Amino acid sequence: MGSLRTLTSIAVTMLGLLFVTFIIGRVMPIDPVLAIVGERASQSTYDATYEALGLDKPLIVQFFIYVGDVLRGDFGISTLNSRPVSEDILRVFPATLELATLGVVFGVVLGVPLGVVAAVKRGTWIDQIARVVALIGYSMPIFWLGLIGLLIFYGILGWVGGPGRLDIFYVDIVPTITGMILVDAAIDGNWDVFRNAFSHLILPASLLGYYSLAYISRMTRSFMLEQLSAEYVTTARVKGMSEWDVVWRHAFRNIRVQLITVIALSYAGLLEGSVLTEIIFSWPGIGSYITTALLSADMNAVLGGTVVVGLIFILLNIFSDLLYKVFDPRAK
Amino acid sequence: MSEQTLRQWLLSETPTSRRHARAAAFYKGWLSFRGNSMAMIGLGILIALLLIAAFAPLLSPYDPFVQDLGNRLKPLGTEGHILGTDSLGRDILSRLIHGSRITLYIVALVALIAPVAGLLIGTVAGFAGGWTDTILMRITDIFLAFPRLVLALAFVAALGAGIENAVLAISLTAWPPYARIARAETLTIRASDYISAIRLQGAGPLRIITKHIWPLCISSLIVRVTLDMAGIILAAAGLGFLGLGAQPPSPEWGAMISEGRRFILDHWWVATMPGLAIFTVSLAFNLLGDGLRDVLDPKDAGK
Repeated sequence: MGSLRTLTSIAVTMLGLLFVTFIIGRVMPIDPVLAIVGERASQSTYDATYEALGLDKPLIVQFFIYVGDVLRGDFGISTLNSRPVSEDILRVFPATLELATLGVVFGVVLGVPLGVVAAVKRGTWIDQIARVVALIGYSMPIFWLGLIGLLIFYGILGWVGGPGRLDIFYVDIVPTITGMILVDAAIDGNWDVFRNAFSHLILPASLLGYYSLAYISRMTRSFMLEQLSAEYVTTARVKGMSEWDVVWRHAFRNIRVQLITVIALSYAGLLEGSVLTEIIFSWPGIGSYITTALLSADMNAVLGGTVVVGLIFILLNIFSDLLYKVFDPRAK
Repeated sequence: MSEQTLRQWLLSETPTSRRHARAAAFYKGWLSFRGNSMAMIGLGILIALLLIAAFAPLLSPYDPFVQDLGNRLKPLGTEGHILGTDSLGRDILSRLIHGSRITLYIVALVALIAPVAGLLIGTVAGFAGGWTDTILMRITDIFLAFPRLVLALAFVAALGAGIENAVLAISLTAWPPYARIARAETLTIRASDYISAIRLQGAGPLRIITKHIWPLCISSLIVRVTLDMAGIILAAAGLGFLGLGAQPPSPEWGAMISEGRRFILDHWWVATMPGLAIFTVSLAFNLLGDGLRDVLDPKDAGK
C-alpha cells in the first residue's frame, strides 16, 4: 500500500508541475502561431498552423496532449534554432550535472566535518566561525560572489581558468561520451584537457560548494547537538569510551540518514542555484539555456527546461523521503 | 510616572489589565531581544535603511539618473563621487541610495502578499479538515516541490519583465511554507479547550479563525518572514541581474551589478558596490530573524 501511495503522490505532484507550466505557456503574451509562421503569413497558413498546434481544441484536451508529449520526451521545437528542445536539453544537461555534482562534493567534504566540530565544541571560537561562514553564505548574492571570484582568482591572480568550460584551443579534442568533460578527458586519457577543464570548473564549483556547505554544516550541527544531549551518549562517556568513539561511532552513526536527506535536498538546490552561476561563468548548462531562451522569448525551450529541472527536483525530494523510510525504522 | 516606576509597572508579575499584560510581555521580549547584540546590529542596519530610503532625495549628492559622460567610470574616492561613477557617469552612491527604495518596495510587497496568502490557505485547510484540507495541502505540496527560482523565471517570462511581475512571481513561489506553518498552528489550536468554549458561546468559524486563530499564528509567521526576507532580496536581485526585474535606468541593485559586470576586470567598483549593499541588507535581515526567533519562538532557539 505504501508504495502505491508514494507512486500516486509522485504522479500528482508531476501533473501539478505540468499544469503550472502549461498555464504559463497559455498566458504568455506571445502568439505561438505567429512565432512559427511569421507576421507576413496568409490567413490560411495561420489557420493551418493553428490547427496543427491543436489550439482549436478545448483547453483540457490541450493539457492532456501536452502531458502525453512530455511523457514521450517531446518538448516541442525551439523557435530560436528550430531543433527539438529535448535534444538541446540532453546536450546542455551534463555540463550542469558536472558542476552541481562537484559543488555538492565540496559541500559535503567540508560541511559535514565543520558541522560536527561546531556541535562538539559548542560555543567556542570554532562554533562561532562555522556560524559566520553559514551566515555569510545565506546573505551573499551568488552571482556577485561569482563576479568577485572571477575578478580576484582569474583577473588578478590568474590561478584559475576564466569563463567557459575549456580554453579555446582545448575545445573538441576529446570525443564527447558522457558530456562531462572531466569524465570524457579521463576516459580518453588526455590529462592536459582534464587539467584545463578542472581549472575552469574549480571556481564555479567551489562557489556552489560554499552555498551547500553553509546549509549542510548548519543542519549537521543541529542534528549532532540533538544526539550529543541524548542519554546514551552520557552512558558511553561514563563507560569511559573515548571522545572520538562517542562522536563518530555513536552520535554520527545516528544522524547519517537525516544527513543523506539534507544532502539530497541541497543537491536539488544546487541544480537550481546553478542558473545564476552559469550566467556568470558562461557555463553552457541548463541554467544558461533557460535564460538565453527566456530573453529571446523561446517559450518551448523555457518551459521544457523548467519541466526538466522541476522533475529532477521533485524526484530528489521523493528520493530523500524514501531513503528516510527505508533506513529509519521509526518512520515506518 | 517616573522611569523607575514605569519599568516596575512593565515588569510586574501580576498584570492588572489585558493591556498591561500585553505591554509587559512586549517589554520582556524587548529586553531579551536587546541582549542579543547581533540582532541589534541587524535592527540598526534596517532602521538606517528605512531612514535612507525615506530621505533619499535629501541624502543623495546627485540625481541618480543624470548622465555625465565626461566623468564616466571614475574610481572610488574621486572628488565629489565617493563611490565612483558608472559607465554613463552616474554617481554610484546616489544610485545606491535611491535603489534602497526599490529594495524596500519589493520586500514590503512580497512580505504582504505571500504570508497573507499562506495564512488564509493554511488556516482554512487546518480548520475545515477533510477534503478541503487534503486538496489545499496537496496544492501546497506541489508548489513546495517546485524549484523556486526557475519557476519564478518562467512566471516572469510569461508575465513580462518588471518589478511588479517579479514581486508576483516571487510571491507565487514563496507562500507554501507559510501555509504549512499556519496549518500546523491551526491544528494544535483547534483542539484546545478555549476554542470549544468560544464555540459553545455561539462563535462561527469566521470569528474563530480571524479573532482566535490568526493572532496565535502571527508570531511564528513573523519569524519565518524575517528569515525569508534575505532570500527574497537575493531572488529579486537575481531577477534584476538577469534583466527580468526592474528595468534600466532604474537604480535597482541587481540590475546595477548586471551593468557593472562588463567592466568587472578593469573597473571593479561598479559591480562591487551594489553587491555589498545587497549583502549588508540581507545579512541584517538574517541577524534580525535569528534574534526574533529566540524571543518569539524559544523552543527552536540555538538551532
